[in-house]
Amino acid sequence: MRALTWHGTHDVRVDTVDDPEIINSRDAILKITSTAICGSDLHLYDGVIPGVRPGDVLGHEFMGEVVETGRDSTLKKGQRVVVPFTISCGGCFHCKIQQYSACENSNPAEKQDMSATLYGHPMAGLFGYSHLTGGYSGGQAEYVRVPYSDVGPIVIPDHLEDEKVLFLSDILPTGWMGAENAEIQPDDTVAVWGCGPVGLFAIQSAIVMGASKVIAIDHYPHRLELAKQLGAEVIDFRKTDVREALMEMSGGIGCDAVIDAVGMEAHGFAIDNMIDIAKQKIGIGADRASALKQAILAVRPGGRVSIPGVYGGMTDKFPLGALMEKGLQVRSGQTHVQRYTKDLLEKIEDGTLDTTFLISHRLPLEEAPRGYKNFREEQDSWTKVVLKPGMEQEQAA
Amino acid sequence: MDDRKTIGLAGTMAGIALAAGGAAFAGFLAQRHKQGDDDAPLYTRKRPGTDNPIVGRTVTIRKPREELYEFWKDFQNLPSFMENVESIREEGDARIWTIKAPAGRTVEVRTKIVQDTANQTIAWRSVEGSDIDTNGEVSFADAPGDRGTRVSLVMFYDPPAGELGRAIAKLFLREPEVQARHDLKRFKMLMETGEVTTSAHTNDATRKAKQQENEA
Repeated sequence: MRALTWHGTHDVRVDTVDDPEIINSRDAILKITSTAICGSDLHLYDGVIPGVRPGDVLGHEFMGEVVETGRDSTLKKGQRVVVPFTISCGGCFHCKIQQYSACENSNPAEKQDMSATLYGHPMAGLFGYSHLTGGYSGGQAEYVRVPYSDVGPIVIPDHLEDEKVLFLSDILPTGWMGAENAEIQPDDTVAVWGCGPVGLFAIQSAIVMGASKVIAIDHYPHRLELAKQLGAEVIDFRKTDVREALMEMSGGIGCDAVIDAVGMEAHGFAIDNMIDIAKQKIGIGADRASALKQAILAVRPGGRVSIPGVYGGMTDKFPLGALMEKGLQVRSGQTHVQRYTKDLLEKIEDGTLDTTFLISHRLPLEEAPRGYKNFREEQDSWTKVVLKPGMEQEQAA
Repeated sequence: MDDRKTIGLAGTMAGIALAAGGAAFAGFLAQRHKQGDDDAPLYTRKRPGTDNPIVGRTVTIRKPREELYEFWKDFQNLPSFMENVESIREEGDARIWTIKAPAGRTVEVRTKIVQDTANQTIAWRSVEGSDIDTNGEVSFADAPGDRGTRVSLVMFYDPPAGELGRAIAKLFLREPEVQARHDLKRFKMLMETGEVTTSAHTNDATRKAKQQENEA
């Protein structure tokens, strides 16, 4: 089959690789109909996530048609399913308490040591996201093997087209959990750093949850415009002093909750951010956390800090004093996708949530490398790329 | 230790994962909760400058104690999660372990059960006629609430080839601590999910298939 494979920093290619096979009895094989490039795929593309090997198939936002099932899969051939990017066994302690992204069994035993050394505990398995998270082949391909297919995939009714539901795989539940972790109350002023897909969905979720005011921070005019259309007030951090503006816009109190939807590759002009960029490039692994640092200073005392943005290493000059002295609550984590898919599918069906506005480009799988390049370099206009393995090249929009 | 017969290098290397001094192990079992001032297992103690010969690991498995004990009691089940154990067969009251060694070789380990307390503890040690010396103990204890069972695997080993043998074994990923940790994780996977997790993309790319390929 054809699949998008990683070969090095800023080097991804569509190669011919082996077709996936059923290995364990709970597996299923999907024929991919739609798959998206995620902002966190750009961390792999930029070479800042350890444990990626040449030839690895990327992609963790995908959906497709069930074409083969293992003996104990609950799926049936022909069903259309969306697959959570987090792989969860359903049988361990963490799955039972719905902390699916902390599944104890989905990362193969021999792959757990690296993340256990880095973080104190092994990570769960994730699709297409380095050998740190299991080394699973991802879904930017014609076919994919889905382990524990009786736990993760959600079956999609025929009348809902791919583009309405594809983002249930990651960014919609991730934005939703980002807002949920901010424990939004009706009178709250909430600030969201980053108007990429997760930031925009966090804004949308915060509004659905009843926030009184949502303020979005970015510097790409088109992305700020999308945030505005969702009902947010916006700040362009290149033109405005963000902390001062947030204080004024929240009546001198500060934001009740802040959401960092930027993560480890934050833009920023502070001198420490430049040092962090240098460290990241030479492999010391310091995360650039300028958005998070700003968010911690902007949130009111006793406020909530939610971090859906991805971080992988350490960060320098973290404002620990502000965290303690202001008595902040911090919540973070990879998304417990399976906890949200059913409710969010209902919200899509009844029209409460529509995520299709985000899609700017649709490409055949063969053009995935162009998708990566432009998604990274033309962030203002390339807001979300959906790859369609079945699409003819001349149909590309 | 006295009745250990001379073995080749391959046997030595494979044996390290299970090798142990029987008498020393018995002493260790008796004393492991008495040594030192704190409540931590002996194998977690810092010992600067010495090579810690005790391997131990605990996992919590969301299954009843009885079920896990029953599965382990049938030693023929162990190769389903112990990656370097090819088979275990019974001969009278002895169990013969066929263990994979580097370069496609195998060694045989002959053990007997020295303790079997229903739903609590199974301990074994090697006997005369075994290629290598080995001791092991697995114990099962209730975890709080509905968290299942705490399963601890403890092994005491005294590498016959010393530091060099360990270093070579490490090269072959047969290093005992790593092997014990991974085997216990696979036991947990098998019990909680019914299968051993793999991220392989095809059947030819599973670790098992690759191992067989290397041995061919």
